[in-house]
Amino acid sequence: MERALKRGSTGAADRLKNSNFAQAWLILVLALIFGAALAAVQVNLSGIIAANKLNETLERVPELVFGAAAAAGMTSQNASVDITPGTVTVRKDIKTSYYNLFRVTHEGKLAGWVVKAGGQGYADKIEIIIGLDPGADTITGLFVLQQKETPGLGNKITFPRWRNQFIRKKTSPPLVVTKGKSQASNAIDAVTGATISSRSVTGIVNRAIGDVKGRLTPATIRFYERQP
Amino acid sequence: MTDLPTPSERFIQGILPENPVYRQLLGLCPTLAVTNGLKPALTMAVAVGVVLLSANIIISLIRNLLKPHLRIVVFTLTIATFVTIVDRLLAAYMYQMSKTLGPYIPLIIVNCIIICRCEVCASRQNVLAASADAVGQAIGFGLALTGIAVIREILGTGMIAGVQLMPTAWPSWVIMVLPPGAFLTFGLLLALVNWIDSTRSKNEGSGG
Repeated sequence: MERALKRGSTGAADRLKNSNFAQAWLILVLALIFGAALAAVQVNLSGIIAANKLNETLERVPELVFGAAAAAGMTSQNASVDITPGTVTVRKDIKTSYYNLFRVTHEGKLAGWVVKAGGQGYADKIEIIIGLDPGADTITGLFVLQQKETPGLGNKITFPRWRNQFIRKKTSPPLVVTKGKSQASNAIDAVTGATISSRSVTGIVNRAIGDVKGRLTPATIRFYERQP
Repeated sequence: MTDLPTPSERFIQGILPENPVYRQLLGLCPTLAVTNGLKPALTMAVAVGVVLLSANIIISLIRNLLKPHLRIVVFTLTIATFVTIVDRLLAAYMYQMSKTLGPYIPLIIVNCIIICRCEVCASRQNVLAASADAVGQAIGFGLALTGIAVIREILGTGMIAGVQLMPTAWPSWVIMVLPPGAFLTFGLLLALVNWIDSTRSKNEGSGG
């Protein structure tokens, strides 16, 4: 009887020792510690990362409306430029699309709009912001926020030399991508070796402008209060 | 246990004799992917170095608690944690660079250099040796990446770390900043390292 009990207890101890939980105790403890550490990192950094994303867009807004040189001058003079984010709803036939945009005012007067738009590029989604004058008749600037185009070829769409050719272009007729220099006022010179990337960006611009033009009114835009 | 290398030996070995890239041919994914510029290459080298050092220290501290059949899980868990921390830190304080490196920072988790050092050194030796090993291997990895990046950026864009170096008339060899340029540069450098090595051993052989 006694022997049997003893054997039973050592059996239980062995079972405990060989059980998955006992073997994995180190992993479980480490997982808890690491999980807590990651939670702490996330709590401390998520705000900064979100702010980085918003700032990246906001920082570009003045130069897309006023031009790089004028915008630099304004920030140094602390001019009263107001940027209000909002969303415009575009209903076309049965399709409804939304564009995030920023209304830019200078000393209380409407100075222009910056519209965020995106579409498929050669490699991945391309996301751009387009600066427009108050009536959305003229493009005042273009900046590429996100792209994964081929380095050395397609990624030249981010270079000022290429994207600055959109500045002062009229919004109608639609822009057309050409290879080699063209005299047409709506011609966009393609990046050599990256016609698809060039066409993508130009297509995104045409589509966005076609959608928002005439809809930049208080009735169709919902503005958000900016966080202080 | 006594024939394991000393901390200083570990440190020296990582830099050249056992260079992770040229000798062990490990960590080739970031070696090929982020070396089209000096800045991303250096950032990647520092990120790998930080993860390697942290993982080696932790693994070395708990090396006596490791069960042989569960050790890989512990290595991966530790590495993944530090990679996530580095990834978040980059996104918070070097946002542009974190966008440039894209998925290659999270991919450090599967970088074989780190798991290799945990297995070879940190799970067998004390913290001092493991740290020296991590620093040496990180320097070796950094040197390898920098070498490839400098060649690719200069030939591919005429610039170094974004600063114009070659005369502006330089016709940038676009292929050098594209993936084939990474393979070409790496292959030629690997051949060079092997050639230097073989001539040196030949000289030593004839001398002795």
